[in-house]
Amino acid sequence: MDGNYILYKFILASVILLISLLVAMYSTLLERKVAAFFQDRLGPNRAGIFGVFQPLADGLKLFFKEEFMPGDADKFLYILGPSLTMMIALLTSAVIPWGDSFVINGSLYSLQVADVNVGVLYVFAILSIGVYGIMIGGWASNNKYALIGAVRAASQMISYELAMSMAIIAIVMMSGTLSLKDIVEQQHGMNWNIWYQPLGFLIFIVCAFAECNRSPFDLPECETELIGGYHTEYSSMKLGFYLFAEYINMFISSAMIATLFFGGYNFPFMDSLHLSHNALTIIGSIVLFVKILFFVFFFMWVRWTLPRFRYDQLMRLGWKTLLPLAIVNILITGFVIMIKHHL
Amino acid sequence: MTEKTDTGSLSGRSKVVSNKKMTFAERIYLPAIFKGFGITISHFFTKKATLQYPEATKSRSEIYRGMHVLKRDDQGRERCTACGLCALSCPAEAITMIAAERKEEELNLYREEKYASVYEINMLRCIFCGLCEEACPKEAIFLTDRIVPSDLHRSDFIYGKNVLVEPVDSRIDISHRQTPAVLAFKKDPTQTHNS
Repeated sequence: MDGNYILYKFILASVILLISLLVAMYSTLLERKVAAFFQDRLGPNRAGIFGVFQPLADGLKLFFKEEFMPGDADKFLYILGPSLTMMIALLTSAVIPWGDSFVINGSLYSLQVADVNVGVLYVFAILSIGVYGIMIGGWASNNKYALIGAVRAASQMISYELAMSMAIIAIVMMSGTLSLKDIVEQQHGMNWNIWYQPLGFLIFIVCAFAECNRSPFDLPECETELIGGYHTEYSSMKLGFYLFAEYINMFISSAMIATLFFGGYNFPFMDSLHLSHNALTIIGSIVLFVKILFFVFFFMWVRWTLPRFRYDQLMRLGWKTLLPLAIVNILITGFVIMIKHHL
Repeated sequence: MTEKTDTGSLSGRSKVVSNKKMTFAERIYLPAIFKGFGITISHFFTKKATLQYPEATKSRSEIYRGMHVLKRDDQGRERCTACGLCALSCPAEAITMIAAERKEEELNLYREEKYASVYEINMLRCIFCGLCEEACPKEAIFLTDRIVPSDLHRSDFIYGKNVLVEPVDSRIDISHRQTPAVLAFKKDPTQTHNS
């Protein structure tokens, strides 16, 4: 643990933080653009060409809005809610391998902030505390709509976390490791997990939508029923944090999908290019970002295609369909592994 | 008791709701979801309906009934003689005017010996029906394809002669609004205004 190493990790963490924020910022623009294009409109295009300064304008607007706090709100928790949501949203990016590694002067620089050997468990842990930000914010607002939204969010996230974890357990069984880096390494070239775990992927992506509170599972903030759901009473940048965290969550979920099922930074024919290790790493990182952006787009595509689920439908889908399917998936995976082992 | 008559489907697109048991494909949602993806993505690539408004405007009909103009004749004299027929015909009572007598030195300003010293149209009252245009015996008032711009105060919507009368150097072309009947009227020798 020399100073150089710590400095490198610090820079890497800062860069990833900045990239996450930048991607989230431009996801808001992308969302509006995509929504507009799906509805035969053009979307924001006045602030700079294609509206590239629109996120800045939106951000500035949020900063300059009045900071409002309901009279009976619990002050500490009211501020803690959005802060926690934002922090938790950013935490997951620590274990995602954003690329292979650079070899500079004989020493290895991995493009992963922390190669924790329980990476998958870490992700689960962060996902489960993700609900606290919403729950605390909704409760502290002292508003019935916010509370209903928060309760919905909590029950929804807990329900879908189970099926989601079960879907990943099948991946863990296949790869025999909990380290995200190793899981990615095993999907070298085109050997992606999606070919072995299509059902697991389906379950995972449906749960990812629910975990991110994205349409068609955006019941916690369901405008038609709950005004704004858990962030009804929030304004200014505190509201901005909630909205922003949703986009970061979307980005991180897309990164998780790309990492777990679509080979992370691996791409087809990567061995036949005969490039140096560093060049491959750069291309790999770009490929990973293309995959992530596709899934971010897919999140939006789904949002503008599917109508919102009703609450009982949501619960039925989670407990009666996805969870049994995930268990069946684990059984099948285990069965196949056993047969392979005996052959 | 009224007899219930079967009107059928007027649009030809009505569907009878059925509560039949869903097939497996329908129950797992996925085929329908992918169909939905197909529909939305096809819209993604279609030509957009948006019009870049201030730069591009939607073309209006030649006989669009927009903001009024008070015409001048060929020599630049105001045609209006303050007869009040437009105000009389106006169903919204949007037009008011004050008549005045033309002085000797104003011969090149007003066509008739009586003219409107004040002519006001309240654009918030006006319903743009075009009856004033129809009533006018002097072809002095016409509706144009110009839009009445938005404003902040009610009083600013009362347009006086400074807005309504066309400037001498930039005439407003209303030739496409002149129907054959108007043109015939214009050439009628029995009418004094053609003398």
